[in-house]
Amino acid sequence: MKQAGLTPLQRKQARFAYWLVAPATLLIALIYVLPILIVVLVSFTDYTLVSDYYEFVGLQNYRTMASDTQFGNALHNTFVYALYFLPAAFGVSLFLAIAIQERKQFRSILEVLYFLPVTSTLAAVALVWAALLDSRQGIINGIIRSLGFEPVNFLGSQDIVLFSLAMISLWSIIGFNMVLFLAGLTAIPKSLYEAAAIDGADHPVDKFLKVTWPMLGPTAMFVAVTTTITAFKLFDNVAIITRGGPDKASEVFLYLAFLEGFEYFNMGYSAALSVAFLMIIFLFALMQALFVDRKVQY
Amino acid sequence: MATLSLKNISKSYGQTQVLKDISLDIEDGEFVSLVGQSGCGKSTLLRILAGLEAQDSGDVSIGGVPVNDTAPKDRNIAMVFQDYALYPHMSVAENMAMPLIMARLPMHARLPLLRHLAPAHGKHRPGIDRDVAAVAKKLRIDHLLDRRPAQLSGGQRQRVALGRALVRDPKIFLMDEPLSNLDAKLRVQVRREITELHASSGLTFVYVTHDQIEAMTMSSRVALMQNGSLLQVDKPNALYANPASVDVARFIGSPEINILAGTSVGGAVHLGGLSMQVSLAPAGSALTGPVQIGIRPENIVLKDTPELAYPVENGPSISISFERQAIEDLGSEVLVHGRLSVQPDLDIRIRAQKSSDYGSGLLSRRQSFEVRVNPAHLLLFDANGARLAANPLRRADTPMPAPKLAVEPMTADVS
Repeated sequence: MKQAGLTPLQRKQARFAYWLVAPATLLIALIYVLPILIVVLVSFTDYTLVSDYYEFVGLQNYRTMASDTQFGNALHNTFVYALYFLPAAFGVSLFLAIAIQERKQFRSILEVLYFLPVTSTLAAVALVWAALLDSRQGIINGIIRSLGFEPVNFLGSQDIVLFSLAMISLWSIIGFNMVLFLAGLTAIPKSLYEAAAIDGADHPVDKFLKVTWPMLGPTAMFVAVTTTITAFKLFDNVAIITRGGPDKASEVFLYLAFLEGFEYFNMGYSAALSVAFLMIIFLFALMQALFVDRKVQY
Repeated sequence: MATLSLKNISKSYGQTQVLKDISLDIEDGEFVSLVGQSGCGKSTLLRILAGLEAQDSGDVSIGGVPVNDTAPKDRNIAMVFQDYALYPHMSVAENMAMPLIMARLPMHARLPLLRHLAPAHGKHRPGIDRDVAAVAKKLRIDHLLDRRPAQLSGGQRQRVALGRALVRDPKIFLMDEPLSNLDAKLRVQVRREITELHASSGLTFVYVTHDQIEAMTMSSRVALMQNGSLLQVDKPNALYANPASVDVARFIGSPEINILAGTSVGGAVHLGGLSMQVSLAPAGSALTGPVQIGIRPENIVLKDTPELAYPVENGPSISISFERQAIEDLGSEVLVHGRLSVQPDLDIRIRAQKSSDYGSGLLSRRQSFEVRVNPAHLLLFDANGARLAANPLRRADTPMPAPKLAVEPMTADVS
């Protein structure tokens, strides 16, 4: 817009508009932008919680990160966890949404049932899951034993703990993703399925490939990105249930950042980890905004 | 090409019965319009024909073969939807190729990625593309093949929808209000194109619309529906000239027909004490009681108005005095609203062509007129709305000379 092309009234309105958005802009700057800037600044220092003295160390924290085996371990754990979590969180929700949407009866009851975990307090439920999955007194192992199988050490085995955590998170996110998919499915015009039926695409596989999946593109993209971000910011279940154990097998990215900052007081290094985390999240968001959004909107 | 037959079709949604025992036979190559107000069941009937919806009872046959349990794709029909239902993620070419891909390629040759390995894909794809291109050329959309539906205008989308229907070489063409999303000008053009398509293809067309003009101008026969029942199925002109019931008469014709409350005394029809110079025959010849008198707005002549032009007409006529209320100028025609002295509680519509004298202002200055009606143009119905046959009275039959001007309305006679 060219300033010169504005009438006095338009210019007045524009000024007024700036005043109107000023409070919100200020809040965003204070709550989001400023803390990010501070974290970035802190990541260039050796600031610790136990000492007032600190100095700028440049990229030292980032160099440490590159050679830190803990960082490598946390990154590895996060990716393994995401590998268990993402396909299920996406696929199971989509499957449930399609299955529920085609139901006439009980649809709303099923929706509520699947959505209930989303409304529960995660910290409290995490403790319940810890009890359920306990290797000795847990109900789930009780069932496994009564079926004649060896009990599984869900949370105590280095090989299984990430899988168990992924399943707990899955339980709490499926309802949410399912509701998103349901919203996307409801928005598909019924006449498209009818046109497909007349065109010969009445087999469920054809219906899915020719109509449902392409039309669900924007929703699927949104679910994929938000679920990926959810996977990468796993923290509470780890902090409450396993505390990174056994032997750092469930030490994920954000939990490491938390440990460095608030257990070992290395604020500078913790800030650098947070910046790295931010970059990863930013990358996913960028991917959605630039690349895929254009391919799924018609 | 195929005949189409519906036998005793009924359908209910919960407590609401939307189709009540509908039977209809459609000849090979006919263009039949299902017309009626929204909610009359015409779309449901079409969807039952297509197989998108199952009837509760009754039979659908195509080409003499019952298709009650046949899937839509196997009924050899094509359908154009009201919102066109084009696949938004596919190009025009892909949209049109869809029915052919589904029909000619096996499942494994249709799967994404995998299809490039399937020999059937390579074998049939060139033929599919050729057929799509041929139909696109015929519909003059061959320059749009690479576009997405979102990049097309309403008329172009309409044509793509037609193309997708045509490409599979169907026997029967079903259309569900295909013109309702087009603007008025385009509608007239596409209307003609569809008529031409029907003529050149020779296919059986079933066309759903709420617009009587579309139904009247395009169809070989019109099936008029109301509240889930077929009121009348006939040629467009027969529907207008010879409606079977007062509901048909009200629906066909614009502006709506004037329906007046008259009485029959032994078969002789009166309106507010005025003889209408017709007698009911033969079934109603002894009828004594209320009747409904239908007069089309275009059949009422405003006397002594050189501003309006009427077709020359000789023969008997009834004169009634008329109080003008409003005039609507439609350009080539005028609608005059007012009251007849014999039934002052009813709004009467009169439609007439303008003459070259129009503009003298006479019409708008005068309040009271005399109107003339030819008794041969009257449509008579009984109290329930069923049509009554009528004969104009011959002079000799007229017991008394018809009064030139109406007497004061006899309210006792008006039921």
